[in-house]
Amino acid sequence: METKNPSPKSNPARRQFLFDSAKMACGVGLLGLGLGLYAKQAKALPALALRPPGALPEADFLGACIRCGLCVRDCPYNTLELAKPEAPVATGTPYFTARQVPCEMCEDIPCIKACPTQALDHGLTDINLAKMGVAVLIDHETCLNFLGLRCDVCYRDCPVIDKAITLERVPNERTGRHAMFLPTVHSEFCTGCGKCEKSCVLEEAAIRILPAKLAKGALGSHYRVGWEEQKKAGGSLIDESKMLDLPDRLPEGAVLPGHYDPASGHTATARGLPGSEAGAIPSLPPGLGGKP
Amino acid sequence: MSEKRIGAEAVSEKGWLRAHQWLLARRLVQFGILGLFLLGPLAGIWIVKGNLNYSLTLSVLPLADPYVALQSLLAGHVPEKLGLIGVGIVLAGYLLFGGRVFCSWVCPVNVVTDTAAWLRRRLGIKGSAQLSRQTRYWVLAMTLVGSALSGVVLWELINPVSMLHRGLVFGLGAAWAIVLGIFLFDLFVTSRGWCGRLCPVGAFYSLLGRWSPLRVAAGKRSACNDCMDCFEVCPEPQVIRPALKGESKGVGPVILAPACTNCGRCIDVCSKDVFAYGLRFNNRVEMRVPPPMA
Repeated sequence: METKNPSPKSNPARRQFLFDSAKMACGVGLLGLGLGLYAKQAKALPALALRPPGALPEADFLGACIRCGLCVRDCPYNTLELAKPEAPVATGTPYFTARQVPCEMCEDIPCIKACPTQALDHGLTDINLAKMGVAVLIDHETCLNFLGLRCDVCYRDCPVIDKAITLERVPNERTGRHAMFLPTVHSEFCTGCGKCEKSCVLEEAAIRILPAKLAKGALGSHYRVGWEEQKKAGGSLIDESKMLDLPDRLPEGAVLPGHYDPASGHTATARGLPGSEAGAIPSLPPGLGGKP
Repeated sequence: MSEKRIGAEAVSEKGWLRAHQWLLARRLVQFGILGLFLLGPLAGIWIVKGNLNYSLTLSVLPLADPYVALQSLLAGHVPEKLGLIGVGIVLAGYLLFGGRVFCSWVCPVNVVTDTAAWLRRRLGIKGSAQLSRQTRYWVLAMTLVGSALSGVVLWELINPVSMLHRGLVFGLGAAWAIVLGIFLFDLFVTSRGWCGRLCPVGAFYSLLGRWSPLRVAAGKRSACNDCMDCFEVCPEPQVIRPALKGESKGVGPVILAPACTNCGRCIDVCSKDVFAYGLRFNNRVEMRVPPPMA
């Protein structure tokens, strides 16, 4: 063959190669797009699926975990399981459901030791610093302690008792002469082990472990709490005599003498009462006016 | 159907056992490995912990899948020391024995697709949807780029290979449906569709074993009687031709194509014992017939 192709563009082999490549790039690209979107979905871990202690944030975890299941094997309490394909958790990754089997917070943390990657942070050596989630007493309407009973089971079962969960005493206004002991979670100490959720005696747990992202609010970084600033400065930072008491609303039927609320109809007379403390220091409610 | 069964000649020449020896050896190894993994969860004898992605044998020997580790690496995460050692051992092993030895001697999906291929032959299903054997390399590239872009070990989200093995060891769940899908795909849609055309795990291992010394060679290719049984039974028949038929073109008898899985079925079904395992270096062209002078 001596005749050369006049233009390489008409070379049939070249054309075929380009077409084949384009076909591959499109087909496989589509598969990749689907996988990528699926990967994005997979990063949304369901709220009640908890990762083992020391697990990286979900987006990093799915890049570091190689789905070997060694953590599952070395957990002495069979807490962990690997997600099956139909589970709403990325396939093959370890998780636990607190209501079924909570984390027993082993001191030697065997699950982390077994992990061949950094998916479980090997720098975590004190299980009390684990953050698998945060307990939230999510239903005040059914919690027995909120009904005025002394259930206390979540409090008693908490491995970090009196730090992660405390009982806060408040008057029981229903009976008028008892106290209620309200289980109160302190996120600073809560490891998210889930023993409280597991032990809750209700049909559906009133206390649950949620991801910190769902459970925690966050103050704006500019936010300063007045009373702490006042303590630091040794006195009020503003001229209190010029403070305005803006109208706010009390619950229906509640009466608070000295409370300024034009809509309630109580305010005008209360404010004008002779000898009322409220009249003297309008910015402070009666009884808290700094006077004995 | 009076059609000739593949390997019938070999069976009558060599006996059933010798005509299936490498197939039997392979199944023994495949199920043996699976059995070791299952001994822990089923019998409480913990010789091997984990699954094919990473395992720890007798608490000392780590083995890790380099393809999964590579995806994780591209997603921005480096394994721990044991993980790295495991990757190293497996890399060394497959560099030596041929990457796709994983496919034919270890991978549990191989049993599924081999069964589909066998049934396809028995039922005489001829049609096959066109799908290039290069597709798997594109899928492989996509999973690597995708892992880097998404920060997720991408193929592990849907990898049927690890899904099946993990499922057998840790609880199957819906993985059976995916495996059944692959079986039916290979049976009715595309012959040797999954392992031969789509699976990026096999593609990765074929690249890994590109230069491995252990190879199948058609050492006695002059004895070939053109029965075509090896082509029929081979999961990657395109790899045979250059070695078997290349004598006149000066091509050596060793099957060098990286897609060859070293499964040894060609050795089994050949009544003339043309094929044998050997080293890639024994690839001289015998000058029995002098090449035509130009």
